[in-house]
Amino acid sequence: MEAAVFILSLVDCCALIFLSVYFIITLSDLECDYINARACCSKLNKWVIPEMIGQCLSTMLMLVSMHWFIFLLNLPVAAWNIYRYAKVPMGNMGVFDPTEIHNRGQLKSHMKEAMIKLGYHLLCFFIYLYSMILALIND
Amino acid sequence: MGDMVVQWIALVPHSKKVLGSIPVPVDGGGTFLCGVCMFSPCLHGFSLCTLSSSHHPKTCTDRLIVIVCLYVSFIFHPCRPPGGPGPAQLSPSLAAMSLQSSTPEALRVVNLLQERNLLPPTPIPAPMPCLPQDLQKVNCNPEVFRCTLTSIPQTQSLLNKAKMPLGLLLHPFKDLSQLPVVTSSTIVRCRSCRTYINPFVSFLDQRRWKCNLCYRVNDVPEEFMYNPVSRAYGEPHKRPEVQNATIEFIAPSEYMLRPPQPAVYLFVLDVSHNAVETGYLNVFCQSLLDNINALPGDSRTKVGFITFDSTIHFYNLQEGLSQPQMLIVSDIEDIFLPTPDSLLVNLNECKELVQDLLKNLPNLFQKTMETQSALGSALQAAFKLLSPTGGRMSVFQTQLPNLGVGALQSREDPNQRASAKDIQHLSPATDFYKKLALDCSGQQVAVDLFLLSAQYCDLASLGCISRYSAGSVYYYPSYHHQHNPAQVERFQKDLKRYLTRKIGFEAVMRIRCTKGLSIHTFHGNFFVRSTDLLSLPNVNPDAGFAVQMSIEENLDDMQVVSFQAALLYTSSKGERRIRVHTLCLPVVNSLSDIFAGADVQAITGLLACMAVDRSVTASLSDARDAMTNAAIDSLASYRQSVLTIQQPGLLAPACLRLFPLYILALLKQKAFRTGTSTRLDDRVFAMCQLKYQPLAYAMLMIHPALYRVDDLTDEGALNINERTIPQPRVLQLSVEKLNREGAFLMDTGMIMYLWVGRNCNPNFLTQVLGVPSYTAYLLPDLDTAESQRTRAFIGWLRDQRPFSPTLHIIKDESQLKSSFMQNMIEDRTEAALSYYEFLLHLQQQISK
Repeated sequence: MEAAVFILSLVDCCALIFLSVYFIITLSDLECDYINARACCSKLNKWVIPEMIGQCLSTMLMLVSMHWFIFLLNLPVAAWNIYRYAKVPMGNMGVFDPTEIHNRGQLKSHMKEAMIKLGYHLLCFFIYLYSMILALIND
Repeated sequence: MGDMVVQWIALVPHSKKVLGSIPVPVDGGGTFLCGVCMFSPCLHGFSLCTLSSSHHPKTCTDRLIVIVCLYVSFIFHPCRPPGGPGPAQLSPSLAAMSLQSSTPEALRVVNLLQERNLLPPTPIPAPMPCLPQDLQKVNCNPEVFRCTLTSIPQTQSLLNKAKMPLGLLLHPFKDLSQLPVVTSSTIVRCRSCRTYINPFVSFLDQRRWKCNLCYRVNDVPEEFMYNPVSRAYGEPHKRPEVQNATIEFIAPSEYMLRPPQPAVYLFVLDVSHNAVETGYLNVFCQSLLDNINALPGDSRTKVGFITFDSTIHFYNLQEGLSQPQMLIVSDIEDIFLPTPDSLLVNLNECKELVQDLLKNLPNLFQKTMETQSALGSALQAAFKLLSPTGGRMSVFQTQLPNLGVGALQSREDPNQRASAKDIQHLSPATDFYKKLALDCSGQQVAVDLFLLSAQYCDLASLGCISRYSAGSVYYYPSYHHQHNPAQVERFQKDLKRYLTRKIGFEAVMRIRCTKGLSIHTFHGNFFVRSTDLLSLPNVNPDAGFAVQMSIEENLDDMQVVSFQAALLYTSSKGERRIRVHTLCLPVVNSLSDIFAGADVQAITGLLACMAVDRSVTASLSDARDAMTNAAIDSLASYRQSVLTIQQPGLLAPACLRLFPLYILALLKQKAFRTGTSTRLDDRVFAMCQLKYQPLAYAMLMIHPALYRVDDLTDEGALNINERTIPQPRVLQLSVEKLNREGAFLMDTGMIMYLWVGRNCNPNFLTQVLGVPSYTAYLLPDLDTAESQRTRAFIGWLRDQRPFSPTLHIIKDESQLKSSFMQNMIEDRTEAALSYYEFLLHLQQQISK
């Protein structure tokens, strides 16, 4: 049971890692002029909700299986994702807005955010891996 | 040299103090709101901006570098001539003399609390950068390209210490009287950064040139060695491209993605009951009939018309028809074009049909009772019609769109108009218009919006359609052909200028800077397609742009930096052209030089753009606080770092003496004022204008020019074309300067007010106004000397700008008197401080 929870979280975390890498690659493509702002933002906006769902799934799993420490580790990122999505002004075309992305260093801040999330997901990945192996051994 | 070293030693304790303790005004909410920091890219929406972490990332080494730079700056002057053949070399001592002579005047200490008359008698010219004479001679015209700091700081930390924004203000498509045009088979550009060759490159020998933006050495092509103007060989630096900072190239076919498009004009007209009531349709049709032959274009020019209320009406203008045919599409949810062609027709071939349509259009909808307006669907239909070719769409709207896609709600609360706190609903309500604008931008369609409404129209949402498709917004509140003749006149004049002005199609603009500088924010009507590339489906001569820059790498071994704006467009005659402007500015590493080179008008213009952004993303009160803090921080920085003797009072360098006045003018501007009843649409329109207008007109809007005109004399008059133009003194904007016995002219850019005092001397009334038979808007053409002088002066003011401002003659009882009086910014009102009180407030904040 424990192992199953951790295997699921591990898979979820893998997906989130790939998603972070995709975000980083797309944003750096925009920085280097390989794609234009509109294409970049529509690609990224498509994956904002799946990312949120993946993160919340992971948090809920930890809550349900009563692993409090890992739950508390996941909670801030899930809360931040939800906050970022809710705070988008009505006139903007999603979290990534092509008209604003080149203003006020938004491109750099999005890039930084994606990098931090990548580092965080990698950390979580190893935590889940360790916990899963522990759970498998204890079974 | 000895006393200069002594001065440095005296300065170091101050600079050390500055590095550690810049005053940070803290408001009750706990957010640090320092002026320039608020606007710098380090601030992320909700995070606190702490000075220590974000401004001085490297502590000890950075401070050491700045102190060493200060030391070096006193030993070696920053204003040195660049190396390389071509520009004549000035010896360092001569350069020292020029720096010494310019610095004292710009840095002369002014105590703002004591000097009452700060405004110079004539309009202020742009400051000249401190460059060697031969570079400055070929430098770009400041009306086209202007920088907030004419001496660029060497490092980002130095810029942060100066507490002034660094940015460029451009007017690239300005109507120029002299524009060298070059037709050349080769356009010489740097191989790595693609900069166009300009007067500030250096030629290493006759065959190689060094780019001034990326420092790469390039070869001079064979064709470039020949100078067609002087028919000499072997002198590439005498060619017009290297002698003129503003130049236009005829672009060869490599610069075209598709064959140059023809001029295509589509007019989308609101014909609901409300629209017909206002009577704008008559004015529009008459104006277009009058100017139909003056529309820019060639034999391929196309026009089309769409009218809409709750359904969309198209007009089949095919050649051969006896009269125009109206096709009505009522399926507004899924709009389609009724016929594939002949909705957009060639103007020359179908001119009679077009004229026929224009004559009958007002009558067609005379009896309409439709009250709904399906603007969103009309725009989609118009976009479908224009997307194969691109072109210009002119949309005329008189009410809130309330049907179909893009329908808007009335968001304004009339009770909140005079709110002293935050103003809501400054940002768009829906992203429909933004998405449509981006679609239009992708197909090279620009949308210009004319809003002629009496009610709230949500300009904040509707304006997006123009903002991102490089269009312009025109606003005529309470337009009515009978009740508001002032607006009618303004509409007529604007339409004439709009229809006949120069236009460029399918344009892109790129702004390049020397290595080390980078652009981080853009202001204006365009879409930033990728880094530094601005997509402008239409470019017109009345649009201004602004950008903010930051210094990514220290500009250590450079004496000058350059900026280049290149605008690639298709002219209305179908020619692909590139207009290139290049600006060169010196690099300095002392704070006093930075202050000496500050351009107060450019700083005000850029701050206004930044404040508009801030009001929309955060809140209006944040923007107001940030503007005040910009003044506080820059004057505090001056006081602590540059002033050697501490005196009481509010001290400012002479070049920044008008800065608090302009900040106060901005705070009392319609866009940012609180406490006075301002309609939301008026406010949003004022914000749009602050971002869109070129600096000269934006400054007139912010701080109008006031002159006394009842006692014009020929003393000090200009003589232009054998006309004597009197030059009255510019007055301060205070009722103290107004006089019941006089008549005063206020120039706000688009509108001029001539206020006649109650006891105005009868001489003026009879000789100039022709009382009792004067009309409210015309100066009669009387034969008296006073009338001639007045008309000469007003005509001279009008001729300086491409559009014709309307003149209102107002007496004491007129309705327009309140708009006149609202511009008296130096006076106290119930909601705002007077100028002197504002200065005291600044002084109090600085000495904290």
